[in-house]
Amino acid sequence: MNTTLETPTNTLSAKEPSWLAERRTAGLDQFKKLAMPTARAEEWRFASVGKLSIDNFNPVAAPSSATLDALTERSNLVSDRAGLMVYVDDAPANFECIGPELAKQGVIYLPISEAVEQHPELMEKYFLQESTELGSQKFFGLHAATVKAGAVLYVPKGVEIEKPFVNYYWTSGSRAAVFPHTLIIAEDNSKASVVDIFFSETEENEALNISVSNIHAGANAHVFRKVVQDWNEKTVSFQLDTTVADRDAQVKNVAVNIGAERARFENQTRIEGAGADVKMYSLTVAEGTQEFDQRTFQTHNAPNAVSDLLYKNALLDNSRTIFSGLIKVAEGSQQTDAYQTNRNLLLDPSADANALPGLEILANDVRCSHGATTGNVDKEELFYMMQRGIPQRVAMQLMVFGFFEEVIEKIDSEELVENLRQLIHQKFSGKIS
Amino acid sequence: MNHSLEVKNLHVSIDGQAILKGFNLTVPKGEVHALMGPNGTGKSTLAKVMAGHEDYTVESGEVLLDGVNILGQEPDEISHAGLFLAFQYPMEIPGVSIANFIRAAKQARLPEGEEINAIEYYKDLYAKMDALKMDRKFTARSLNEGFSGGEKKRCEILQMAMLDPKYCVMDETDSGLDIDALRIVSEGVNHMRSEDRAFLVITHYQRLLDYIVPDVVHVMFDGRIVHSGDKELAKELEIKGYDWVKEAFATASA
Repeated sequence: MNTTLETPTNTLSAKEPSWLAERRTAGLDQFKKLAMPTARAEEWRFASVGKLSIDNFNPVAAPSSATLDALTERSNLVSDRAGLMVYVDDAPANFECIGPELAKQGVIYLPISEAVEQHPELMEKYFLQESTELGSQKFFGLHAATVKAGAVLYVPKGVEIEKPFVNYYWTSGSRAAVFPHTLIIAEDNSKASVVDIFFSETEENEALNISVSNIHAGANAHVFRKVVQDWNEKTVSFQLDTTVADRDAQVKNVAVNIGAERARFENQTRIEGAGADVKMYSLTVAEGTQEFDQRTFQTHNAPNAVSDLLYKNALLDNSRTIFSGLIKVAEGSQQTDAYQTNRNLLLDPSADANALPGLEILANDVRCSHGATTGNVDKEELFYMMQRGIPQRVAMQLMVFGFFEEVIEKIDSEELVENLRQLIHQKFSGKIS
Repeated sequence: MNHSLEVKNLHVSIDGQAILKGFNLTVPKGEVHALMGPNGTGKSTLAKVMAGHEDYTVESGEVLLDGVNILGQEPDEISHAGLFLAFQYPMEIPGVSIANFIRAAKQARLPEGEEINAIEYYKDLYAKMDALKMDRKFTARSLNEGFSGGEKKRCEILQMAMLDPKYCVMDETDSGLDIDALRIVSEGVNHMRSEDRAFLVITHYQRLLDYIVPDVVHVMFDGRIVHSGDKELAKELEIKGYDWVKEAFATASA
């Protein structure tokens, strides 16, 4: 381990309040105290932990203004938006703040550093308060100690915002370590939508990402978060995400994962209020020697709530995926509907999909299901399509895209959907033959 | 040039078991031939072999489209050569809309670099859907997914109409259809009958042939055609039943 990562020099600002300093210190202690994951640990089962090195990555100096401008220019997946933040190697590149109408209603959309200064009470209540419990506690500690980049969205009671807030997190520098953070607080009866996009400047710049996102959805709040992860294949990535849903809250998470050499996802959903409804959809396209390691945890601590998880993975070449999901229904959480589905489409015989679905139910009146399927392209479907004159390569692409469509169609923005189809298309062109 | 679909002395097996045993048939353009026969006699095998399904082993024989042997070609090449197979059990393809599917099939027929004219395409698609009394909203639905039997078969005829093949092989298109759907599907087929097109209608039941009136009826048994006649033969079969075929031809083929 290099020294830079162990010494959190990147404090948010000189005026950093004591509560934050304490959380940073605690994070650093946690990072130092906990050992690197081993394959023996259940949370890391099937993962290639031996290759999971975070050594020799460092926070880097801000890129040149030319780079910041160029990447801002490329931050164009969603044009119709309520606000935009662009970070490159955790340095701010662009910030389109909210308009006066939203500001007047009390909406806050700020970089973390500014939010800590301007809204200390809010930040003390929510910032760095939700940690993963799924194996990456060590990396969460490092994130807490080091985080300086990210977006805070606060939507007051009853305020509904249709357009999304779009956050771009780029990597650019040599062996850069980044720690982006998205914090979403939707108060009762509010509505908000966020798109988080993770991109690399080039195909070559090696990087380490340890990002955290926390959603707090108040009573009857509607939150929709879309995540696009398209790092280059020289990136090691951890995305440690949590959702806390209060009474009748409706939260939808849709993730499209294309990039990184090793990508670890920890996604925790905690239902704390009756009647909440949380959806988690994920689509992953793995190729080459990529490894996508997905760990999920749906906790129902209140009755009459729904959580629905669908993770679909398509695997090419020698790629690997691991899905390990747990549903836990606490005592008294009656009338729970909790679902968990993992579908893997193997497009090459050497690809490897692992699935570990799990349930832990302490209530007696619940509907829970979990299931995983892994299969190849259906030969009869292929014959059918080819009989219509569609060449095999195109038929395979159509089928794979059809497999994806179930997740992609959940995204409400036609522009983003089209852009995502393009991204996936690029990844596939020439791959299926 | 020979304007016909011609099957010559075709022998086909699967997993070492012979299914087609010297099958011969000629369907000239402009004609509709019906192929009838008991279950398990090789009708669907014939359809799939002609379309290039890889599970079957062709021991000997030829399938000629306009005099050119298509056996050994890939299914998409056979399709481009002009043969369309309406499936007995059309596959469900999740996430692939009807519009995109047919479009990909049309696009595959264009020269490299040429793009399909989307406006013309949709105009054509909607007109043909209207003729088949299909809701236009179907274009956005996943191909055959959750369709009723009748919807699936209508969708097969829609594809056939859109792709304008020279040779149409229809495998048990009547199975699973109620009388209304049967009428609509048959109208779609009759509308496509022309001097430039040949049909091979495979069916177990005579009922379909009341709507699609054939020029020639063939009776298949144990891997080959054992008897041929005009449309009256189908009616005769309906009355006498397939047991008659078995009794009359089992000895002949033994």
